Amino acid sequence: MVALDVEAGLDSNPLVTGLERQPVRSTAVVIFGAMGDLASRKLLPGIYNLAHEGGLPERIALIGVSRSSMTDEEFRASARESIDRFSRRRPDPDVLEGLLANFSYVAGSFDDDGLYVRLRDALGTLDTGLGTPLNRIFYLSTAPEFFPVITGHLGAAGLNETDEADVRVVVEKPIGYDLASARAQNDAVLEYFDESQVFRIDHYLGKETVQNLMALRFANALFEPVWNRNFIDNVQITAAEDIGIGTRAGYYEGAGALRDLVQNHMLQLLALLAMEPPTAFEANRLRDEKVKVLEAIAPPAPEEVAAMAVRAQYGEGIVAGAESVGYREEPGVAEDSRTETYVALRLFINNWRWAGVPFYLRTGKRMARKLTEIAVTLRPVPHIAFQGPDSDGVQPNQIILTLQPDEAVSVSLGAKVPGTKMQIRPVNMEFHYGTSFLSESPEAYERLILDVMRGDATLFTRNDEVEALWRIIDPILAAWAQDTETPIPEYPAGSAGPSEADALLDGRSWRRL
Amino acid sequence: MSEARWAESDTSPERIEAALRELLRERHAENDALVPARVLNLIVIADREWRGEVVNRLERVGRYHPSRTILCTIEDDRRTIDGYARVSGDVSATGGVGVLRESVEIALGAVHTGRIDTIIDPILISELPTVVWSPHNRDEAVEALLPLADVILIDTDDPVFFDGPGAALARAADLLESNVDIVDLAWLRTIAWRERLAGSFSDPARAGLLDGLRRIYVRHHHGSIVSALLLTGWLASRLGWLPTALEPAAGGVRRATAARAGGGASIGIEFHPVAQAIRGLAGVTVSGSAGFSLSLERAPGGLIAREQRAGATPREWQLFGASRGEDGILGEGVRQALIRDHVYGPALQAARSFSQ
Repeated sequence: MVALDVEAGLDSNPLVTGLERQPVRSTAVVIFGAMGDLASRKLLPGIYNLAHEGGLPERIALIGVSRSSMTDEEFRASARESIDRFSRRRPDPDVLEGLLANFSYVAGSFDDDGLYVRLRDALGTLDTGLGTPLNRIFYLSTAPEFFPVITGHLGAAGLNETDEADVRVVVEKPIGYDLASARAQNDAVLEYFDESQVFRIDHYLGKETVQNLMALRFANALFEPVWNRNFIDNVQITAAEDIGIGTRAGYYEGAGALRDLVQNHMLQLLALLAMEPPTAFEANRLRDEKVKVLEAIAPPAPEEVAAMAVRAQYGEGIVAGAESVGYREEPGVAEDSRTETYVALRLFINNWRWAGVPFYLRTGKRMARKLTEIAVTLRPVPHIAFQGPDSDGVQPNQIILTLQPDEAVSVSLGAKVPGTKMQIRPVNMEFHYGTSFLSESPEAYERLILDVMRGDATLFTRNDEVEALWRIIDPILAAWAQDTETPIPEYPAGSAGPSEADALLDGRSWRRL
Repeated sequence: MSEARWAESDTSPERIEAALRELLRERHAENDALVPARVLNLIVIADREWRGEVVNRLERVGRYHPSRTILCTIEDDRRTIDGYARVSGDVSATGGVGVLRESVEIALGAVHTGRIDTIIDPILISELPTVVWSPHNRDEAVEALLPLADVILIDTDDPVFFDGPGAALARAADLLESNVDIVDLAWLRTIAWRERLAGSFSDPARAGLLDGLRRIYVRHHHGSIVSALLLTGWLASRLGWLPTALEPAAGGVRRATAARAGGGASIGIEFHPVAQAIRGLAGVTVSGSAGFSLSLERAPGGLIAREQRAGATPREWQLFGASRGEDGILGEGVRQALIRDHVYGPALQAARSFSQ
């Protein structure tokens, strides 16, 4: 079950040195759930765009797996439609036709042994036909309850390893719905696959701005000296959405904002922001540091939850000038639903660097605007030399990393207002990605698919990381599940969230959305 | 689209710079979501008579635009400086910032080229990297601009402006020695070929075959011998080969050999011009001992690979990749100005060995 060192050939090839795009071993990608939304919107267009840019390996084959019965040709037609519709660039007909010729389809129920026999035959035929053993990627673009079913059958069919190539399995979020189920899911996957073969995708980590967070911290001497409890007063991480749940009531009712965004994306941002510098930008060293900082966040005791976590649901309101219904009036949502559409948390990291610094996290749907940002607020200057009302404008410096809608970094500074008096006002020094790199970033999925092909797990979540994330969230979920009486606070759609969340801030204020 | 223009005859660099500042101020005042792009300065030195062609190429570079483009058009008899500036940009439909790009055009005379640095310097955004591109090889102007330049964009594949491939490669080498970085469009035309060759020999199924190569056969556009030399120079520099000078043969073919630094059988190299609509390479075949050969041919939608192994059925497959076209190559040149390529220098030196 240990990954083969077949990439070693890359190191001994002197032609590879200096290439911006490193070679990738020939690969067969098997997508379970190939007719699903994720495959249509992200995976197939992502693979096309890699082909367009010359990023795919020498030999590429894609096998779609789904329950529907269809021919290879019908699958190709469906894939063509998805790529035409969702690709970020207009497809080149010659590239697209050539790529589609390498697509095939295997139908079957995920719990049917026969499916895996057919799959093994199809993969074997590819190896023989192409004259080279292809690396294999099993992409589980399915509902999570199928992950153990599929990996179990892959293992039982001997598809979890080969003698001459690497086998990898890609698992989409959510990884469990609590700590126990995440552990069970990890255990099931790891029964047949080694951890080095497992790539748990959180597409947030494939975004350029998230990766830039590490560049900002570790490629600049400016920030690291103040990146600790001595200089930082508090950190606010916001992921606000202006949209509601749309047609996702079925999923969202069982998930809620805490599972949907906090347990993965937002805690990942926190970990990258707060971790110690890794000794090298290498998968396990980076993930070691993330795990360490996540483990330093003490999970709350049941009686502490109310004081550190606020949940709420959006009610009726006005969004972009139009009336908007409340969450419980959304189609598919129970009238007495207690699913939260808003969460605010106050967390502390109990280590030398961060002891005593509150990390405030908030996320919500149907809020005033779409905004994802990290705001690091420094402590006030120790002594204000500007006396009287002229000193009112002296505010603590803030470092703001915006991920959406613009990718930007800004630093607030106190500056003198022009005039005869020494009046101070905060001004912003801004860096916008769009102005300094006029290039189009690849879709997160393109980057991550290529990383899986390369076997680079840096931007993927390790099993102990998943468990560390759930360890923080689990007690909150448990406390909320037990409390079936306390009314869920409501915030008007189109607002900045419930006033109850202000109580978490110890007299501070949430940043304006 | 928000756009503002300014023009003045018989002007000065200071007035052009002041006009740019005013245009930016106006755009920002009109909409504070409009902010100036700050990627790099691109100085283009072009002959006046070819202005239209250069402007067209600049407009089609695709997504990799410089932020401030300064096009200097040279008329031999001109004595005065005319200036034109344009600031334009769009606010994103999804909100957020809109990026403004600045274009400056300066009409100059040949009399100005030797001191063109004093004209351009006040117009540059000083904290940004500065790229100089002289598609018509106005070397005097380029020399004058070297102290201001971080990167020189050059196309050593341009047969009109170089006295043969040796002169083109020598010019690139000279520039490389003057403490600027070089982005050579001829080199960029070889990217896909280099990536695919490197990828081919990273496949464990071809382990060891790289050491046994005996022949390199490169097909190229008539005007793209330098791309062919750079590709082969790259192979030589990476694999420790010592090339000999080119020898002409019938039909425009050129031949050379390369000795292995560690001894062993030499490598035969042949360059063959072919009819091809677009510039760059048309095909590469690398052959080795024991009947191995791998051929890459330009084709719609990428390259076609054909492999022959002793005793095995020949195989053929498509390597995917959409052609960038010449406009895309220039855009890639602008992008590459922001990164550093440490492999070009050794490849250039090896390529020069073919012409010495």
